Amino acid sequence: MMALALVLIPILAGLVSFATRSNHLRRAILVGIAVVHAALTAATWIVRPQAALGGWLQLDSLGLVFLSVISALFLSTSIYAVAYLAKEQTSSRPDFEESFLFVNEPEAVFVGCLLLFLGTMTLVTVSHNFGLLWVAVEATTLSSAPLIYFHRHHRSLEATWKYLLICSVGIALALLGTFFLASAATTQTGHSIPLVLGDLITNAGSLHVPWLKVAFLFMLVGYGTKMGLAPLHSWLPDAHSEAPSVVSALLSGALLNCAFLGILRIGQVLTASGAAEFANGLLLVFGLISVVLATVFIVDQLDFKRMLAYSSIEHMGIMAVGVGLGGLGSFGALLHTVNHSLTKAMLFLVAGNILGHYRTKSTKLITGMFGDLPASGILWMAGFLAITGTPPFGLFQSELAILRAAFDGGRYFVAIVLLLALGTIFVGMAAIVTRMLQGRPREGAMAHSTSEAAASIIPPAVLCFAVLVLGIYIPSALNDLLLEAAKLLGGHL
Amino acid sequence: MNDLIGVIVVLIIMTNFLLLAAGSLRASVRIISLQGLALGVLPLCVHQGGLTIRLLFIAVLVIILKGLVFPRLLMRSLRESGSARAITFYVGPIASLLIGIFVLGSSLWWGYVLPLPEATPYSLAIPMVFFTIVTGLFLIVSRRQALMQIVGYLALENGIYAFGVFFAQSESMLIELGILLDVFVGVFIMGVMVFHISREFDNIETSQLSTLRDWIHSRNDAAAKKDGR
Repeated sequence: MMALALVLIPILAGLVSFATRSNHLRRAILVGIAVVHAALTAATWIVRPQAALGGWLQLDSLGLVFLSVISALFLSTSIYAVAYLAKEQTSSRPDFEESFLFVNEPEAVFVGCLLLFLGTMTLVTVSHNFGLLWVAVEATTLSSAPLIYFHRHHRSLEATWKYLLICSVGIALALLGTFFLASAATTQTGHSIPLVLGDLITNAGSLHVPWLKVAFLFMLVGYGTKMGLAPLHSWLPDAHSEAPSVVSALLSGALLNCAFLGILRIGQVLTASGAAEFANGLLLVFGLISVVLATVFIVDQLDFKRMLAYSSIEHMGIMAVGVGLGGLGSFGALLHTVNHSLTKAMLFLVAGNILGHYRTKSTKLITGMFGDLPASGILWMAGFLAITGTPPFGLFQSELAILRAAFDGGRYFVAIVLLLALGTIFVGMAAIVTRMLQGRPREGAMAHSTSEAAASIIPPAVLCFAVLVLGIYIPSALNDLLLEAAKLLGGHL
Repeated sequence: MNDLIGVIVVLIIMTNFLLLAAGSLRASVRIISLQGLALGVLPLCVHQGGLTIRLLFIAVLVIILKGLVFPRLLMRSLRESGSARAITFYVGPIASLLIGIFVLGSSLWWGYVLPLPEATPYSLAIPMVFFTIVTGLFLIVSRRQALMQIVGYLALENGIYAFGVFFAQSESMLIELGILLDVFVGVFIMGVMVFHISREFDNIETSQLSTLRDWIHSRNDAAAKKDGR
């Protein structure tokens, strides 16, 4: 029941907000639902909910890791979003890059879609039926597309169209993969195993392995498109740079993970049927390509939101590599998921502050942030250190775990590529970030609204603090949960 | 029954060729609705365990959605966008047809060599599925208008749905309804986006949608420096 409630409450609230007229009431609903969702998620840490709908909805430890991340991010971004929406002009206004006039999407659509987005992402984390999982992942695409088109102008239109089309086509291939899985689950006698994770794993011996592999390949390509694995990532930088920063934070921190979870689920079936080698090899290849490609685009990147977007591709690649390595790598990948989501959401929220103040996304035009925006400046610096895996932040721990798994497993090539890429990205991002932070503010640059609102500083600050804590001390409850989840992925530590 | 299935499968293959050859947007929408209708009838013929209420319900729903609702939606956004009626191509109709013949040929070969977990009595089923999927993907990349990309997406989805009809009958009804709902909402949102594209650019050519790239700002920055900003 609990799992069902977690999914249905945000969806119903989303539908209500479409019909709500008062802006204040709608914003109250947004934060209220975020709090309720977080509270329910916290409750599931204490009492794991029963399976519902005949085992279709089930919250296992793997799902709980992803659900917790989504819930925490949504809570912090919803508070930020309320402040953001209050500041947004509703009448038409000039675009800051090309100075044509545009208007925003109605706020009812925006808030409603945010809540639907939360509901559908929750559904992804609790789905144990592969058909339902597909429906949920596609639903996240559909509910988030209007969010990217919040500022109605030609650039966001382009980003939304690419997102919608590329992800829908990609995910359609995942549906084909799901059907392949269904035919792999049909035994010679004509008896078919239901597409429920538990049933597939217990009957893994009687699955048709070649078809299972084809199913994995299609689902990897399908969900991988959405996850942003190179070379299927082409929608990602555009969508992240044109969406409002609140939405970018959720896309990067929560949505990409959902697609990753889809890949992990089919990976579980492959592992159970003894084809783990095949799955892991593919994950390693896609992961390394992503990391290398992201490195190329991060260095000397001219748009700081695109820089963060490519950094997401990099980290998705690292996670794929971690799972591909198995064992300690799986544990590291899951820890990395948590760390990356918190850090990246925080960075996008700070990027929103920067964009709001300087009205440009160009990394070349911004200098002297420490003087103009001291709080955001410090958070930007901390976020940069965290995302590049500098100790004592959490990402250092998780990247170390993945690298150790590579060295222990004798995968020296993987380890060296990762180390080289991480080093290059550190230098590349450092050049951009320090240039933005230091120096004198540009002459005549923005005398307006210099005060930084608490609601736009506290959410990213809290996230940043969480990543810092995770780097120093992983609470035993989280550690146990991650270990249990890594075991589900076939990682025996 | 098998004869009827053969007729439907051939009909779907024909609609793919028509889609590849079509020169007008309206015709393409009509053809894709015809394909949807054929697809809606398919599960009624393929069923093995007898005609159930569930099967009938899904079939009627698919016929209504793919045969009537989607074409209506597309026709409406075509009308509202008030843009040109003729398709603009990256790859022209003749070349598209030749590619189509090649794809069908290789699909036939694929259907012949692919080891299926369960034997199917319909030898043309697998080639038809592959051909439809590839046609959809090809339409998406080879036509310039956003509307044609939706048509391509629908063809892709039709192909995948046909595979499900032949080889994944055990899917439960709730999932099928969920998939249909997703596709419906997807096409609806895409239709709305086409309307916005036409309002923004006065046409629905996707070549307009190519300003976002990585090095665009270098140009802006250079311009800004020149202006002395």
